[in-house]
Amino acid sequence: MPLFFTWTDFAQQITSGLAAGAVYASLALALVLIYQTTNVVNFAQGEMATLTTYIAWTLMDRGLPYWPAFALTLAIAFGGGVAVERVLIRPVEHRPELVIVILTIGMLIAINGLTGWIWGPEVKLFDSPFPNSSVIVGGVAVSVRDIGTFCVCLGTVVVLWLFFRFTTLGLAMRAVAFNPAASRLMGVRVGWMLALGWGFAAVLGAIAGMMAAPSIFLDPDMMIVVLIYAFAAAVLGGIDSPIGAVVGGLLLGVVVNLLGAYVDFVGQELRLPTALAVLLVVLIVRPTGLFGRVHVRRV
Amino acid sequence: MRRSVTTVLGLLVVAAAGVVVALLPRAVGEFRLGQFTYVAIYFIALLGLNILTGYNGQISLGHGAFMAIGGYTSAVLILGRSGFGLAGQHPSHVLPEHGVRPIWTIAIAGLVTGIIGYLFGLPALRLAGVSLALATFAVAVSMPQITKRFDHLTGGGGGLSLPLPQAPFGWDISPSHWLYYEAWVTAGILLLVAWLLVRGRVGRAWRGIRDGEVAAVSSGVNPSVYKTLAFGISSAYAGVAGALFAIQNAYINPDTFPLTLSILLLASVVIGGLSSLSGVIVGALVLEFLPIYAQDPPLLHASFAKQAAPVVFGVVLMVIVFLLPGGAASLLRRLARPLVALASRRAG
Repeated sequence: MPLFFTWTDFAQQITSGLAAGAVYASLALALVLIYQTTNVVNFAQGEMATLTTYIAWTLMDRGLPYWPAFALTLAIAFGGGVAVERVLIRPVEHRPELVIVILTIGMLIAINGLTGWIWGPEVKLFDSPFPNSSVIVGGVAVSVRDIGTFCVCLGTVVVLWLFFRFTTLGLAMRAVAFNPAASRLMGVRVGWMLALGWGFAAVLGAIAGMMAAPSIFLDPDMMIVVLIYAFAAAVLGGIDSPIGAVVGGLLLGVVVNLLGAYVDFVGQELRLPTALAVLLVVLIVRPTGLFGRVHVRRV
Repeated sequence: MRRSVTTVLGLLVVAAAGVVVALLPRAVGEFRLGQFTYVAIYFIALLGLNILTGYNGQISLGHGAFMAIGGYTSAVLILGRSGFGLAGQHPSHVLPEHGVRPIWTIAIAGLVTGIIGYLFGLPALRLAGVSLALATFAVAVSMPQITKRFDHLTGGGGGLSLPLPQAPFGWDISPSHWLYYEAWVTAGILLLVAWLLVRGRVGRAWRGIRDGEVAAVSSGVNPSVYKTLAFGISSAYAGVAGALFAIQNAYINPDTFPLTLSILLLASVVIGGLSSLSGVIVGALVLEFLPIYAQDPPLLHASFAKQAAPVVFGVVLMVIVFLLPGGAASLLRRLARPLVALASRRAG
């Protein structure tokens, strides 16, 4: 809690909020990608991210430098995401929503246990590719790590956007999200497009995990809190809107950080419940979020 | 005819289970008995969750948080202001000066949690399916932080220690035996209440809303009323379970009801069988004993890390989703079918 309000301090809170928000945005985008295509909220998204972050840790522990380990982890995450869709989700695709939610909860429990079993419950240090120093931008000291985190997360989002916007495969995936039946008639292999969606979501999760781990440290429960922020961000932006997820994540990161810093009542402990409150209020006042599509249902 | 035969058979099974529960303390030691007390507590919580999720189709990932509300309500009342004074804390003046007898706090905890759950159910009305799961999940994640923040009432991270209750009326039984009977009698009463609720008009309305809200509305059922009612009753069950948990545990802190508990409660309801009261007992047994036996499997001469439990739990849950969507209860029903057929042939 700063004693006096200063604009430089305020700017610093905003930049660190943006860095945290970029991580939430990545995971939120992962949730939205899956929700758009498969109509499932993947409760195991955070745990999948934790698992891949542990894999990255092991690769680096075995002596691989950061960026090769990073790339290899993303590849593993992609394969894992595709495999999860093919093996676990596909058989229950047409069952009620409740069933699929429960399946992803089963995955959450199992993966959380598995990471704890393999790597132990103790907290691990995770390297960051960015130095823990700061640069002065316009009189405000900004952490290099924050800038790096922000750029990596947002860079991935931009690459994904380019992919969806300008490639045939991206177009096919958008078509599947929009209308699976019509896409199938047009010769799009819907099943594989869904699997690709899960793969990309896992990659986004892995990036969120590897970017979050240096500051919140690596442990089996690391991503559970991040997952809640990501849920809140996705709901805030509209659960079926990729742009919304990114804007929602950044907004949430900044707002929660500012509230934690300047509102005495919120402090450090009530940041998460604040995100919960945001989530509840949005769900009640504007269930489609800031950018979501309004679904009109005929009775 | 067949229906009444099923009812009679069901009553026989419940009666047999009652006898087993009554005689169990003679057969097992204090430690094992404590485990079966927790089975009763989970049984109550799962009954409530099954009313909400199984019969009414609303997913809750936050029932551990409702248990925490019940547990803290009970703990704070048991201690009273004098109990807090001993711990050097000064809680608000709302509390009674002297502690309340633990057994009365159970009902109060149920009532308080029920009201809070009902109030939470009002905004939750606007949330269907996944959104509700998200909102309740967020409640479960936030609850430890909230209890830590309001430490003048909850003792913060240090928690609250409670005295072990003595048996009333000068009964010469140990506290653990008393707690065992207290928990199981409560469970029996709440099972009866749940049975009366789900078999009657209210249960029909709940199931109707679950299976098709539009059809239910056109049949004159007001979904808002029944959905919030389900939320309130379900939370009240969780509150009672939480109170019993705190009393049995003789200690409560923010990590007594972790997120894991909320998740495992939902998993256990599914493993036992959604919208089945007989499945609830299976769920409760699984929730208490699966973690223990996953760590030290009885037949394999091996012992695994603590984390083996969630892995097994998660895998069992996934296998149930794939192979046995009705949960353990559907298996039981299938096994009982020849018995029912036999009995109805005799009776008819």
